Amino acid sequence: MFWDWNYTFEILPMLARASVITIQATILGFILAAVLGLVFAILRMSRNRVINGATTAVVEFIRSTPLLIQIFFIYFVLPEFGIVLDAFLAGTLALGLHYATYCSEVYRAGIEGIPRGQWEAATALNLSPVITFRDIIIPQAVPPVIPALGNYLVALFKETPLLSGIAVLELMQTAKILGSQSFRYLEPITLVGVFFLVFSLIASAANRYAERRLTGIGTR
Amino acid sequence: MNERTSDPQPGVASQPMVRFSGVTKRYGDLTVLDNLDLDVAPQEKVAIIGPSGSGKTTVLRMLMTLEPIDDGVIYVDGRPLTHMEVNGELVRANEKYLRSVRGDIGMVFQHFNLFPHMTVLGNCVEAPIHVLGLSKAEAEERAVELLEMVGLGDKLGEYPQRLSGGQKQRVAIARALAMRPKVMLFDEVTSALDPELVGEVLNAIRMLGKEFQLTMLMVTHQMGFAKEFADRVCFFYEGRIHEEGPPEKIFNAPDLERTQQFLSAVLEAG
Repeated sequence: MFWDWNYTFEILPMLARASVITIQATILGFILAAVLGLVFAILRMSRNRVINGATTAVVEFIRSTPLLIQIFFIYFVLPEFGIVLDAFLAGTLALGLHYATYCSEVYRAGIEGIPRGQWEAATALNLSPVITFRDIIIPQAVPPVIPALGNYLVALFKETPLLSGIAVLELMQTAKILGSQSFRYLEPITLVGVFFLVFSLIASAANRYAERRLTGIGTR
Repeated sequence: MNERTSDPQPGVASQPMVRFSGVTKRYGDLTVLDNLDLDVAPQEKVAIIGPSGSGKTTVLRMLMTLEPIDDGVIYVDGRPLTHMEVNGELVRANEKYLRSVRGDIGMVFQHFNLFPHMTVLGNCVEAPIHVLGLSKAEAEERAVELLEMVGLGDKLGEYPQRLSGGQKQRVAIARALAMRPKVMLFDEVTSALDPELVGEVLNAIRMLGKEFQLTMLMVTHQMGFAKEFADRVCFFYEGRIHEEGPPEKIFNAPDLERTQQFLSAVLEAG
């Protein structure tokens, strides 16, 4: 079997369209992960044992079960409880939820790195917990962990092919369909691999650049 | 401004501004403060001296509600600080109550604890805006006035990492005063400074002490400053006030041997 350039150019537009879905799922999933991860991290610091314990249990549960099962659960099982989501939404939600648990650990490390004196100054100025987090803690805790979050962005991106399991028309699913129509899998699957390689390399380079920029500033 | 005073008269009012009543603090088996009784009159300046580990910083940290106390009650301006009244009984204060009473107290720390991601002005308006509810313009006006008083009117847009230690500490003083506290706590505020920068910070405290009707408690190793500035000096030893009195008495003719030993050791070193 040899590489067929004609076929390659024929399927390229379809794969390009599918890559938009992949990137959309990545970005939306990661936004959810980044926001929800911060919420998890803050709830886990609560002095209220119920809130703290419940959040820890949820985070551990999500992190210790496979993403594919979570995707299937949200797409196939939730409708039995009356919650019906379309495939893209279900898949993106699962990605975001799953990676939120990893992001929460990253944020926690960032928050724990804030010197105690900052909390004490906030108390001495009588700032409320909400203002303390919003204005004092988060602006100092997040920049140092952006590179670590970036790694999870790349990891999440590389897991989007799992959405083909619930027939989201992202890259992998599109490649599978193309292959089954033409009985040629070499070109579509290879192209998908190349696409992931290129975007991962770009994202990693951007992340290293951000890391260099961030180590330059933020010294107290 | 009505906060200014023309004629401060320490110790005149009948009700103390700060009262420690049988306050005890333990860390595990270690008793850091043992049944402390201490009254501080409105506008009185009290210097707290003593060897390290004698509990002197703990006194300020408890008053700022940074450390819970194990026994006793602290009152500020007649109100219980560590406890609240529920059905006529004093119970341990919750976070909400603490927030309602903590505003009377301001604190300046040994290591400044400025917010590094905010400018000098940003540091000084954060709490007045979000706690006191001042408008941005009001808060800035207040902050600029204070920063000018401590000689930093030209550093408003600067970030803390670009300031010297002495400048940082003066920003911290202005930041605390912008909240208009009745009681100011100074915790070894010159200990982290290079010797040549100590004077500018002490000058700021001296000037603001005259300008505002403040009650001050300061933990300090600057015996000269304590002698000149304080109305009363408390020598702490092993979690208790070992000896107290006016500075002339404590520094020139202390009654107790421990006090003499400590002072001669400090003066020799300094």
